[in-house]
This record gives sequence, C-alpha cells and structure tokens, in this order.
Amino acid sequence: MQFLLAFVIGGIICAIGQLFMDLTRTSVTPAHVLVGYVTVGAILSALGLYQPLVNIAGAGATIPLSGFGHSLAQGAIKAVQTRGLLGAFAGGVEATAAGIVAAVVFGYAAAVLFNPRS
Amino acid sequence: MTQSQGQGNVQQQKMQQDMQQEYKQLVKNVKPRPPVLKNTILAFLVGGAICFFGQLILWLLKKQGLGDKEAAAATAATMVFLGALLTGLGVYDVIGKYGGAGSIVPITGFANSIVAPAMEFKREGFVFGVGARLFTVAGPVLVYGFLVSAVIGLIYYLIR
Amino acid sequence: MEIEKKVGQQSIRFVKPIVITSSASVVGNTEGAGPLADTFDWIVEDLLFGEQSWEKAECKMLRESAKLALRKVNLQEQDIDYFLAGDLLNQIISANFAARGIAIPFFGLFGACSTFVEAMLVASILIDGGFARRVLLASSSHHNTAERQYRFPTEQGVQRPPSAQWTVTGSGALVLEESGNGPRVTMGTIGKVVDMGMTDANDMGSAMAPAAADTLVTHFQDTGTKPDSYDLILTGDLGAVGKAALVNLLQQRGYQMGENYQDCGMLIYDLERQDVHSGGSGCGCAAVVFSGLILRRLWEKKYQKILFLATGALMSPTSAQQGETIPGIAHAVVVEFN
Repeated sequence: MQFLLAFVIGGIICAIGQLFMDLTRTSVTPAHVLVGYVTVGAILSALGLYQPLVNIAGAGATIPLSGFGHSLAQGAIKAVQTRGLLGAFAGGVEATAAGIVAAVVFGYAAAVLFNPRS
Repeated sequence: MTQSQGQGNVQQQKMQQDMQQEYKQLVKNVKPRPPVLKNTILAFLVGGAICFFGQLILWLLKKQGLGDKEAAAATAATMVFLGALLTGLGVYDVIGKYGGAGSIVPITGFANSIVAPAMEFKREGFVFGVGARLFTVAGPVLVYGFLVSAVIGLIYYLIR
Repeated sequence: MEIEKKVGQQSIRFVKPIVITSSASVVGNTEGAGPLADTFDWIVEDLLFGEQSWEKAECKMLRESAKLALRKVNLQEQDIDYFLAGDLLNQIISANFAARGIAIPFFGLFGACSTFVEAMLVASILIDGGFARRVLLASSSHHNTAERQYRFPTEQGVQRPPSAQWTVTGSGALVLEESGNGPRVTMGTIGKVVDMGMTDANDMGSAMAPAAADTLVTHFQDTGTKPDSYDLILTGDLGAVGKAALVNLLQQRGYQMGENYQDCGMLIYDLERQDVHSGGSGCGCAAVVFSGLILRRLWEKKYQKILFLATGALMSPTSAQQGETIPGIAHAVVVEFN
C-alpha cells in the first residue's frame, strides 16, 4: 500500500509539473520548474499542508523537489523553536546539509568521470 | 519632429502591431501543439516510478534499523547518486525526453541538472567549467530555497 | 547615376558568369543516417571528429570541407582570392579558427542560418565587381555546439516541443569562379531584417518565415517572376512549421507556392523516422543540402533554374534571455544551368 501511494502521489506531483510546462509559455525551463517546486513546497510546509502528504505518501512526497522545500521550511521552524532568531537563518540549511553536499559531491564526481555523449 | 510626423510614426507603430498580432494568430494555427495528455500520462508514470523506487530504498534502509530522519536523508542522497550516475552514463536525457516533468521534478532530476552542465563545460576548466556550472540550475534552486526558508523562519519567530 | 547591375528594390543581376566549379560537404552521423546520405562527400561518425571538444570538431569540419572543395578541382590556396565563411557560434569561432589554417585572405560572415547564401552573394559580387577570379566559401553548424550555446547541455533531460528543430552537424563549401563549366549564379536578392515579434527560441521557423516571405515577394516583384518561374524554390531551414507559415504568408500576398517549393531542413532528415521534430536547421543545413543534393540535380539537368533562399534567426543567448523578439533575415540567389 505504502508503495502504491508513493507511486500515485509522486506521479501526480510530477504530472502537475508537466501540465504547467505544456500549458504555459514555452520559455519555462527545468530551472523554473525546480525553483517553483522548492518554493511552493516550502510554503505549503509552513502552512502545515505538506507534512500530511509525507505521512501518506512517504517517498512520493519527499523525492519530488517540493520535499526539499518541505525540509528547508521545517528545519527553519524547528530551529527557531530551540534557538530563536538565529535558527531562522541556520535551520533550513542544517536540515538539508547532507542532501546538498551529497549533490555537490556526486555531481562533481560524475562530471569529472564522465563525458557527454549524444 | 513635427506633429504630422509624430502622428505618422504612431500610425506606423499601430500597423506594425496589428501585423504582428495577425502573424501570431497565423503561427498559432500552423504550429503543432505538444501532446498534453500523452505527456502528462508519461510524466505521471515516470515520476511515479522514480518515487516508487525511492520508497523501496527508504523501506530497505528502515529495515536496516535506520531512524526516520536518517533513512529519509540517506534515501535522498542515494537518489542523487543514481541521478548523477545515469546522467554520466548518458541515460537520463533519454528518460527526460519521454518523462518530461516526471524526470525533472524528482530529486534525481535535480542531480541531472547539476551534472549535465558541469560535464558539458568541463572543457572550460575545473573552476569556471565544472565548479561554476554545477550551479547553473542548482544555484537558483538553492537561492530561492534558502530565501524562502529564512523568511518562513523569521515569520514564525515573529508570530509564535 | 544609373546602377547597371541593380534590379528593382533589392535585387542584383550579375553580368559576368559566376560559375560554381566545385563543392564539398562533410556531415555528422544523424545526417549520414538520413535520406540524403549518398549525396554527402564525407560522413563523420564520431561527433568529436577526433578532437577534444565539439567546437574544435565543428571547426575541423569547416576546414576539411573547404579543403576538399579545393582538392576536387586541383586548386591550391594561392589560386583563391578570398575565403568567406561563417557559423553560428559566438564570434563565429568555427570560421575564424578554421581560417587560421587556410592561407587565403578571409572575410568572416554572420547571418545565422542564412550565412551560406550570404557568402554566395558576397562571393558573386566580388567576382562580378572584378575584385576576384576565384572565391572559396563555407559555412558550418554542429548540433552539440549550438545546443549548448543556445539551449541546454546535451545530457540534460529536457523535452523538446514539436516545433523545435534539430541543428545540422555539417559543413558545406563551394568554389565560385569567373569562368568554367557548371551551374551559374545569375541573380541575387538581398534581404532586410524583419521582426514579427516572435520570442519562442524553440520555434525558429516561425521567426524566420516573415523574412523569407518579404525577400521572396520582393524578388518576384523586382524580377517580374512568379513561383512557377523556377524548377525549384528552396528555403534553407524553415522546417515543417516555418514552411507552413511561409506558404500562408505568401498566399496572403497573392502568391501560390506549388510542388516546386522545398525546404532543406525537411529534405535532410526523415521526419517520420528520425527524432528531429520540425526538421533540420543551422548554417550547415542549407550548405550541405545545396552542396550535395541540389548541385547533383542541377548537373543531372533535373533542374535548370532554381531560387535558393536561406533564412537566419538573428538572436543571441543574451537577447533571448532578456526576452527580446527574434529578428529574421533571408537572402536569395538564382542558380541556373542550361
């Protein structure tokens, strides 16, 4: 069940992105889509609307980049609770640091090891 | 400029605008539209499959005894690794051709958008090529992600 | 003062015979897998062409096509008065860098995808004006160099809309002389820059079609010809979408395009089988189709009089990002062989 929900909810989140790309101006690039997902994910999370989705769909809600926005928002909120004002600045990055550094390390390694083909 | 010349220019501009408008309509009629339904279904299937795979990894990691938080972070890192690897192997752009947003929105797509420009621009050196281009897409994503998270933190600080 | 060689508003008539005595084409693997494969001189399977980067590969293609065109008629570099070349990259590096290995006085040209016909026009003017006996010209494009400059890195997973075109990997070269046997460039029409407010970088055809229509209509008026005055009217790289737009535009102006109208971008690939969407584009597209297929058909006498028109979208990555509209240009030459 868990797996089916991850598939369906994750798929729907992606399909919304596709509709957005196909039905708006063609100058919408992957960068625009990704920035949009992170921003919207963070805002939904702050409004308390994203956690329920994570509870239901698991990876179906955390793997799309809106899940990254969710982690950023929750990190900031939790850090404010424990450390006050400084937490607003540190919390988001602290909560996502592992993912960001992983992206840089693996990205760098792949870029150095491989060459473009097509 | 005399007044009549000014009026002439305005008239000319108006004509030009009308012609452009008319041409836009013409292009709209001859230009094939993207197959929205097919694209959306494919995005659903590809995006769903990637999330399904993520769920599988999450489940395996939890079975190994990792806590919720650690398992989620490790899953994200694993997916980033796979996205980077498939980009390097020249597979991810093929998935992207069919999957569209289904392969862009998941974190593997984020990895793809990091590796593709960095790899392509390696010939421009390791600082301005790889180093700078890693963040062609990741840069804006992090900038807006950090901005929103700080703003959310500040608002929460003020209203709590 | 009467200008004797000018005809009407924008057209010119050459008095001396301008003879196309040699041609060469070098293409990549996608073009080599297309329907025109047997018309090309050299199909390069390796997109890097043995070089370290796509840019160097494109430069080598341009250089090799130029040298091959000379070799075919046993000409040396010192026999040629000028070398004219251009491409799509910033500061036309393919042409400029290829020219450093070719010891001929050089003019670098940029007309985006119209460069090949622009070069044919300039070369003909140089010969007819008595400034040259022989001119070598070439233009090139490379799918991967163009993609990375104008759009996305090749390995990025993006979906191309149906109106997008596939930049041709290839280079075509010609030798034009004031005498000899071969098809002749007899007339030309120099295009104006036309901008109809198009902004979609994934739809170059629609951006260039108004310029093509403008040049064609002017040509017909200047010379008193009609679409059926020619055995073939050939546009450079409008693709399926741009071609349809052009046919519509000409219909509005009272000209009916018939079966004799073709587009290089649609000839070079099999649009059904090859995943190229609206067709081919790039400086190399018109260059290799003309150097290969069209000259062959002229020699076979399948065509006696053709109107060859190449269109260019004069945008840069900077102008596109700043939301500027895309200006287009189209130049035409009449080539005859009786």
